Amino acid sequence: MAIEVRIPTILRSYTGGAKVVDGTGDTLADLLTDLDSRHGGLRGRLITDAGTLHRFVNVYVNDEDVRFLGALDAKLSDGDSVTILPAVAGGAFGFAAAAAISSHGAAAAAISSHGAAAAAISSHGAAVAAR
Amino acid sequence: MARYDSLLDACGGTPLVGLPRLSPAVPDGAPPVRLWAKLEDRNPTGSIKDRAALFMVRAAEEAGRLRTGDTILEPTSGNTGISLAMVAKLRGYRLVCVMPENVSTERVQLLRMYGAEIIFSPAAGGSNQAVATAKQISAEHPDWVMLYQYGNEANARAHYETTGPELLHDLPTITHFVAGLGTTGTLMGTGRYLREKVEGIQIVAAEPRYGELVYGLRNIDEGYVPELYDASVLSRRFSVGTRDAVLRTRQLVEVEGIFAGFSTGAILHAALAVAHEAVRDGRRADVAFVVCDGGWKYLSTGAYGGTLADAEDALEGQLWA
Repeated sequence: MAIEVRIPTILRSYTGGAKVVDGTGDTLADLLTDLDSRHGGLRGRLITDAGTLHRFVNVYVNDEDVRFLGALDAKLSDGDSVTILPAVAGGAFGFAAAAAISSHGAAAAAISSHGAAAAAISSHGAAVAAR
Repeated sequence: MARYDSLLDACGGTPLVGLPRLSPAVPDGAPPVRLWAKLEDRNPTGSIKDRAALFMVRAAEEAGRLRTGDTILEPTSGNTGISLAMVAKLRGYRLVCVMPENVSTERVQLLRMYGAEIIFSPAAGGSNQAVATAKQISAEHPDWVMLYQYGNEANARAHYETTGPELLHDLPTITHFVAGLGTTGTLMGTGRYLREKVEGIQIVAAEPRYGELVYGLRNIDEGYVPELYDASVLSRRFSVGTRDAVLRTRQLVEVEGIFAGFSTGAILHAALAVAHEAVRDGRRADVAFVVCDGGWKYLSTGAYGGTLADAEDALEGQLWA
């Protein structure tokens, strides 16, 4: 039995379009190395040059955030389900608020860099009932 | 206390109710494991956002950013918009919400009823267009005030000063606090307060996992984490899918008679997970979780009836929390 890994839409170019791929490994770091051997480049999108999880990547083992389970050292077992998702906490309107305020000049420079995200996420979100 | 000088004074002080039927059974002689629901739908406009809205407006007043007659601009169509509309009405401000024209009619009606003005952006442009519109309006009206709940410290402070103390007062034996992760204000404020007061308390986040449409970024670097978020406040963080959220929302009304929105179902799912772990480990647990709002605003989704698969389909592509 292997570990099932759910791949978000934006990273499926690395998995030939597959939503779910299988991998093996005793830790998350091992799993990502294993995945990278078959899906070259995937690991590089998830881990920074400093060797930590990318700030805007969330990884869940059986629905629990790995950052609270040891991050890359999080232990894995056969049959576990791993889900990778981009960080979009707050939903699409989080981006909307950030983008709107950034032009207002009241927000930190960091916020304005997310302006593009609002456009990106919402271009898919015409049917989204934003809160 | 049951008498207040005005509706604003009636914000907070919500009941904490036990869930004897949903709390997991423990073996004879084992320590009790109990679930407690903090009924935030009992706030003036029916959601936990009243606390943040009131604190953000007061903070802006104290900082001299808001004066009677000023205009607040917020790109929101959800609970925060409704809360801000009520606070703005009672404190003498004008509220302008920017939202796509295809949001649910309940929301439009609620916001208008509370006196908010709505600027619609074309449905075809989605929130994309709403952002562009809000930007344009901001530029044209530099005197209008954006409160920006994702980065406004008064949002978290509302919970540090009210939600946290209320919980500790009503449940001094609390071992876990479980809430939803959106702006992160509830968890940051309540979590910080409880960590200072209760040794070993677990602060647990339940984050909604939406349909794929919602994650339609072009690139990981376009991700976003609210400025308020500080991971060190949390003990654990669960991602809860639509199906589990719907299942628990229905269970809550069927078993305990509490009619809540779907974000509450997601939170209950995480609360039950930690409660069952405590039973397995033979540990005492008093798990308090947040009921964010009632289910009224979500009835038109149809997700309270039919099969779970139907409900999942009905909520696909929606931000249900």
